[in-house]
Amino acid sequence: MFSSDQSCCWFVRKVICWRAVASMAWSVLLLLPTTALFVLLIRFSLFHPILWISECLSLLTSASAIFSFILLCGVVLMVGFFNLEYYTVVPSIACSKIALLGQVLHPRQFVHSLVHCIMGVVVAWCCAFTIGGRYRSLGHSCTQDESSSGPEMCLNEYHLVLLLVGAFIGYSHSLVGVVYNMNYVSFHTMQQYKYLRFKGALPLVVKASAVQALYCLRTFLLLYFFMGYAPRAWICKTLDLNINSSIHSLDSVSSLLDLSLLYHLWISGTFLLLTWYITVLLFRIFVTEVYSFPVQSTFTEDAHQCLPKVITGTQPMILKFLALQDLALLSQHSPSRRLEVFSLSQPGGHPHIWTALSKECLSLLSDLTERLVAHHDTVATNGRAKSQSTGGNKRSTTSSEGSVTSVGMEDMKTPRPGALIRTPGSVFLRSSVGAGLRTPLTIPFTPDLDSPFSSPALRRLTGPLEPQGALSPGFSSIQSPHVMRRGPKLWSASTDSQLNGSPPPSPGPAPSPSQAQLKPSFLVTFLQNRKDQLPEASSQALFADSQVHIWALQGLSHLVAASFSEDQYGIVQTTLPTILSTLLLLQEAVDRHFKLPHTSSKPGHCSCSMGDDSYKTLRFALRSTLKTSVYRITATFGGHLHAVQMSAEHRKRLQHFLEYKE
Amino acid sequence: MMCSLALFPPPLSGDGETSQYNESNTDPSVWFEDSPALNLYFPRESLKPHSRQESSSKSAFRDHCETLYTRSAGAWRDAGLSGLLNEIANSSAEVPKWLGVSSSCVLALLRWVSSFHSSLFPHLTLSSEEMTAEFSQVLDWSDCAVRSFAWHPHTQKCAVALSDDSIKIYNPKSATTPTLKHRLQRSVAALQWKPLCASALAVACHNCLLVWHVDPTSLSTRPSSGCAQVLSHPGHSPVTSVAWSPNGPLLVSASPRDTAMLVWDVAVESCVPLHRVGGGGVTYLSWSPDGSRVLAATPSSLFRVWETRMWTCERWPSLKGRCQSGCWSPDGSRLLFSVQGETVIYALTFTDNPGMPLMMSGGPKAATVVADLSETTLNTPDGDIMVGGEIQSLAWDPRGERLAVHVKGDAGAGRPAMIAVFKTQISPAFKLLPCGFVQGEAGTEPRLMQFNPNYQHGAQLTVCWSNGKITHVPFCFMSAGNPQPGLGGSPSLPLTQGRPADYNNQTLYTELIS
Repeated sequence: MFSSDQSCCWFVRKVICWRAVASMAWSVLLLLPTTALFVLLIRFSLFHPILWISECLSLLTSASAIFSFILLCGVVLMVGFFNLEYYTVVPSIACSKIALLGQVLHPRQFVHSLVHCIMGVVVAWCCAFTIGGRYRSLGHSCTQDESSSGPEMCLNEYHLVLLLVGAFIGYSHSLVGVVYNMNYVSFHTMQQYKYLRFKGALPLVVKASAVQALYCLRTFLLLYFFMGYAPRAWICKTLDLNINSSIHSLDSVSSLLDLSLLYHLWISGTFLLLTWYITVLLFRIFVTEVYSFPVQSTFTEDAHQCLPKVITGTQPMILKFLALQDLALLSQHSPSRRLEVFSLSQPGGHPHIWTALSKECLSLLSDLTERLVAHHDTVATNGRAKSQSTGGNKRSTTSSEGSVTSVGMEDMKTPRPGALIRTPGSVFLRSSVGAGLRTPLTIPFTPDLDSPFSSPALRRLTGPLEPQGALSPGFSSIQSPHVMRRGPKLWSASTDSQLNGSPPPSPGPAPSPSQAQLKPSFLVTFLQNRKDQLPEASSQALFADSQVHIWALQGLSHLVAASFSEDQYGIVQTTLPTILSTLLLLQEAVDRHFKLPHTSSKPGHCSCSMGDDSYKTLRFALRSTLKTSVYRITATFGGHLHAVQMSAEHRKRLQHFLEYKE
Repeated sequence: MMCSLALFPPPLSGDGETSQYNESNTDPSVWFEDSPALNLYFPRESLKPHSRQESSSKSAFRDHCETLYTRSAGAWRDAGLSGLLNEIANSSAEVPKWLGVSSSCVLALLRWVSSFHSSLFPHLTLSSEEMTAEFSQVLDWSDCAVRSFAWHPHTQKCAVALSDDSIKIYNPKSATTPTLKHRLQRSVAALQWKPLCASALAVACHNCLLVWHVDPTSLSTRPSSGCAQVLSHPGHSPVTSVAWSPNGPLLVSASPRDTAMLVWDVAVESCVPLHRVGGGGVTYLSWSPDGSRVLAATPSSLFRVWETRMWTCERWPSLKGRCQSGCWSPDGSRLLFSVQGETVIYALTFTDNPGMPLMMSGGPKAATVVADLSETTLNTPDGDIMVGGEIQSLAWDPRGERLAVHVKGDAGAGRPAMIAVFKTQISPAFKLLPCGFVQGEAGTEPRLMQFNPNYQHGAQLTVCWSNGKITHVPFCFMSAGNPQPGLGGSPSLPLTQGRPADYNNQTLYTELIS
């Protein structure tokens, strides 16, 4: 693990940090025009254009404006820091509403929300300061009518409302971020230069922030209308301010419908969100930029930075992602680097580079196959009423022959609506597999490190990602998925059977009464029901990290296709049977997955603006890439593939591809 | 030296049966090895034009009074801001006076601005149908029974779009011919099969893109519209051209009204618009066979060549007219294009240095004229005939040995539309040699042509004629680039019927090797 740690360190230190710093620097630079635009918009007056311009100019050059600008810079840097700390390349998909609640209530998320809340207040203060006029300060001197003992300090409610809007938008930004996975960083199919990508995304970001600010403002006004007295009274009490009784309080319909107030609040909210969104956008663009790893190095001390070494590591995840992206690109676009991949080691003449790369890609793909098979089995056994063990054995024997036929499809037709519907996506229960008698009730509220509610970013810091950690017995055992099914698995989290110590291959309904005896309360059944609400999410969660699989498929298939003319030593030929059988096995598993009920066969569209929802469609991209990859190999090799050793079933399948009938 | 039509062998006098002038005999059994030939015939009378207009279906229903709000919402959804304003201005009885007046004013202002815009780009005044006809690669698109045609890149299968807005898929090995119909499939301008895939077919429609997934093993003759993915983007209509990336999942689409070219990731139905200033739209797209570049023509005298690694583009302004058509050599190093209003073919050479992805360092500095197809009189036994004219489309066979040029002609001046075929050689030097003309039955003219990418014995040009027939013209030759062992290596052209031998050796365009 030493080399892995080392590689992790150099990469985070040398690349990721610098990219984050560069993105923050650009966001700070972009803050200048954004602020200028904000000042122009917020001070806008139609009838005095010259006065308007001159006022704006004098405001922008004043010392106090520079002070608030420095404050804003601090906020942007803080947001950038949080982006770096919370980003993830594998989205955490809540498979149930309870799990989502757990994510929202997680302490780490709490810190995030609190800090964003405070930063929202700071930005709102800067806005209030910039607008000036009636928003300028929290207190203003006023004279009460009767006790005219000189001027007193009264509460300026406009200022307070603006600050509260800032806090609210800050909090909702954090909340919406966790619901829509705003910390998820996705990679693009199309490579573009950073500037062009930013230019293309900017109009969308402006629109998104304006719309989001509008929605937040609506919600906030409703809240303030009903509960506005509470913060007002609290502020008055703590700061010893009076309420000016001569002015109407703002939580009335007429005063809240003040157009100028609404405009100011909306523009301020848009400004706040825009600066933050730009920071997020720049961070995403910078961090997903292609990094070109050397394929081989002449110096041994740099060996840990080379592609074959980097690609096998698991920490940090971004490193693996970038390495696979680089592999996919080099396999398509650069013949000179491909030549290095196909080269032999100088003393010894072993194809170490190709072996390492292909082995890693194949193990990734077979991991996915196992995951899919296990998922399918879990779904299939859900409806199983009796004769578990025989069915299970039969299934395992059939699948061990490499013929993953439609097992359990007959079971799918008799779903049994019981208390024990284990969704395949109950990934969030996996911590309780070995945890003994932990009731579902306690799970969302016990955020230990191993718990699913720890955010992926935390997992990134503490240990290898679960799918790789739990499911990597290597690609040698792909032919016998039933062996794998006995181990601790992600997707067949048969909590209750483990609970009772019954053998894992018989995940029957027998344990359900005992569980019912354990906690026969209303709350548990309620939670059980809530647990199974999002069938679509389980499929999404299954393919959450499929971007690596897509690149592995692209890289492998392009390399194999290129080897037809470029591989001088024939090193790829030795791995060709394994590659083909892995691809075909995966193809079968993916086909079966898409035949499951609850799995939509077409990508849906999400209107969520700033949260990146590309993880929802990764499985479609994977399905299409997989088919294209097989076709790429068959189209290149053609009839030569008949000479490759493989099982009869695969040969038949491959024949379909050769005849373009898939 | 430049090539001109005067060097061509004169066409044989037509006997009116087959599409005839060829290098080889036109034995149909050669065309499709062991499978029956796909000689299709779509008489125009058998195809009913699409009569289901939105306005005509309205008359079938009783008039229903909707509230202004519903109508406005509908107008906003259908036609955006101008639709909404139009609706409000038209229903002046129901709205307050100031609202009606102000929306009329805004509408007038919008129209004035858009008229200014369309004076810059005259094509914007065309209706969608006219626009498709104007920019389509098909000659006389609106009158043509066959609107578009596409061979599958890997297997003997083709798709034909007909003027009744249906698409038929023919496979000589299968008895079923699926017919694709979809509510949104109107005025099909282009078709293309997805490479490295058996089933996906992209269709450029009136206001969207459809990607059909036609299962080749299915026996259904009417795949449901659920088999089609609908890809639409606001402002992107009509779609006049589509192109799949030769080795990837990407699809680019173009619309003359949209200044952005859209790059679709079809599997996830997301798109990235690539905006560039100038041009006023994108009319025609062609992806180079090696996948490294995309030609994007615009309605004005400008075209772009995109490099697909980082998606940067090169502008080629200052043409005489707009770029009408273009085609790539198989290795992607050479682009031939034609310009509207001119009768010459230009060539651009890209010296690629792979591994150096950044910028188009190997780009050419200027286009060279390689062939001149201006009007010429050729002497035939039946008297002189006039050939030549403006170029409608270009097609290069997948091996890079034959170039077909679809010449528009001018029926009034006695110059029929015809297809001129050149022999080409790409390496070591680029050469163009005259080969001959392809003619149809008397009184017919070619409308559309495409090379069959799966022909084993040379090249095969599929031509759709104005009478609705589709024929396949084979050109049998040994590939000069990789001579078959045992055959001496020299391309011994089989058979020539009565053609003077000296035409064979005449090089029309030769590039000097520097």
